[in-house]
Amino acid sequence: MLAELSVSLWRGAKDGRYETYCVPRRESQTVLDVVTFVQRHIDPTLSYRFACRVGVCGSCAMTVNGKPRWTCRTHVAKVAGSGRLEIGPLENLPVIKDLTTDMQPFFEKWQQAQGVFAPTKTRHEEIEQIRPDNPARRLADAAIECINCGVCYAACDTVRWNQDYFGPAALTRAWTLVNDERDAGGSARLQAVAGSGGCHSCHSHQSCQELCPQALNPTAAIAGLKRRTTAAYLKGEIKA
Amino acid sequence: MIARGKMHRGSALWIAAMVHRLSGLALAIFLPLHFLALALAIKGEAKLESFLRWTDQPLVKFAEGALVFLLTIHLLGGLRVLAIENLDWRDGQKQLATIAAAISAIIAFIFLARVF
Amino acid sequence: MTMRLYVWQRATAALMVPLVLVHIAVIFYATQKGMTAADILSRTHGSIMWASYYGLFVAAASIHAAIGVRNVLTEWSPLTGLRAGRLALMFGLLLAALGARAVLAVVL
Repeated sequence: MLAELSVSLWRGAKDGRYETYCVPRRESQTVLDVVTFVQRHIDPTLSYRFACRVGVCGSCAMTVNGKPRWTCRTHVAKVAGSGRLEIGPLENLPVIKDLTTDMQPFFEKWQQAQGVFAPTKTRHEEIEQIRPDNPARRLADAAIECINCGVCYAACDTVRWNQDYFGPAALTRAWTLVNDERDAGGSARLQAVAGSGGCHSCHSHQSCQELCPQALNPTAAIAGLKRRTTAAYLKGEIKA
Repeated sequence: MIARGKMHRGSALWIAAMVHRLSGLALAIFLPLHFLALALAIKGEAKLESFLRWTDQPLVKFAEGALVFLLTIHLLGGLRVLAIENLDWRDGQKQLATIAAAISAIIAFIFLARVF
Repeated sequence: MTMRLYVWQRATAALMVPLVLVHIAVIFYATQKGMTAADILSRTHGSIMWASYYGLFVAAASIHAAIGVRNVLTEWSPLTGLRAGRLALMFGLLLAALGARAVLAVVL
């Protein structure tokens, strides 16, 4: 193992540049450890995000050697074979400073895709009995563990090419709600995901599915939305 | 810049989608030319015949082989999309994509073997 | 893409699967036998079957290619949805016109 690592970090906003730092190598070092070392011991003006540092919150997602991933779960040994590392902010999102991006567009698209639960009951009514092995519940459960880390959004080329596209995460959440018996979103939500920026823009590149740290499958969820919206359209429940 | 986005942009399924798009564009450009060539028949059989004999050249035959490849791979790529969108999710898609490319190459090769 | 464009694109794609397979088979047959223009035209002249088959193929391909081109334009060029749509429509009409002319040329 080399004693030192040469790390390029993105500094500045959109019109920034990569700057190189020398960081001591340690065993079991993660990329987050490297970024933290730079901020604590070399340049305190470096901006970056993290929270749990153990791979459950999704806050530390960055672009590592061209690939969006959770830095706390990325071992340096796995990605810096030649002793060099390049770390930048997540792509497809506005850069605030250095390694932090503005997640607002990501969440706004979540709202536009109607990834919001629409309740049908009040506390005064009986609780809905949903069996976990109910087919619709199975579909929802397979897609529900999204923690909005933004890796899929950063990886998606269709997001890159099409400003309006909602992206894998927002559409996957819409899919879970389409399969939720308690939800009243109905054809309004299907209409929302069938319009410009909706599910039909997906070309099934599957970068999202390959890179999701929660092992979710947005490509399959979006395919499900394509089927539901097509059926609704042919039945006249939603418009073109 | 080092090791730029190789992992997800170089993956078999991403390449499959890109090949599908590029082959579609190539076929879209080819199609008007194809129609113009066929319409030579309006001027009489002799015109079409001289065009067909022009296509006997080896270089043109290679180009035709490439077209067969593009058409086949675009068809198979389209089947990939139709399968993902209408059938249940299946694993092993990367292997299928590679097999599709191989089949297209084989069919194009058979075409060339038969015309030479 | 709107619902209407999506459905037409997928439907013409599905329709063209058997049409393309037949076309590849026809091309293999025609090129191997070294067919001349006379051979080809004697088979296509006055043929309702070839007119219908290739007429359908031209219609489906024009629609499918136009929608595909529209998608590529909106994603890879600075054109917006409306302008890309118009350009794609013109391309589709061009294909349909040239294609119809070609079919008529070999059938009449």
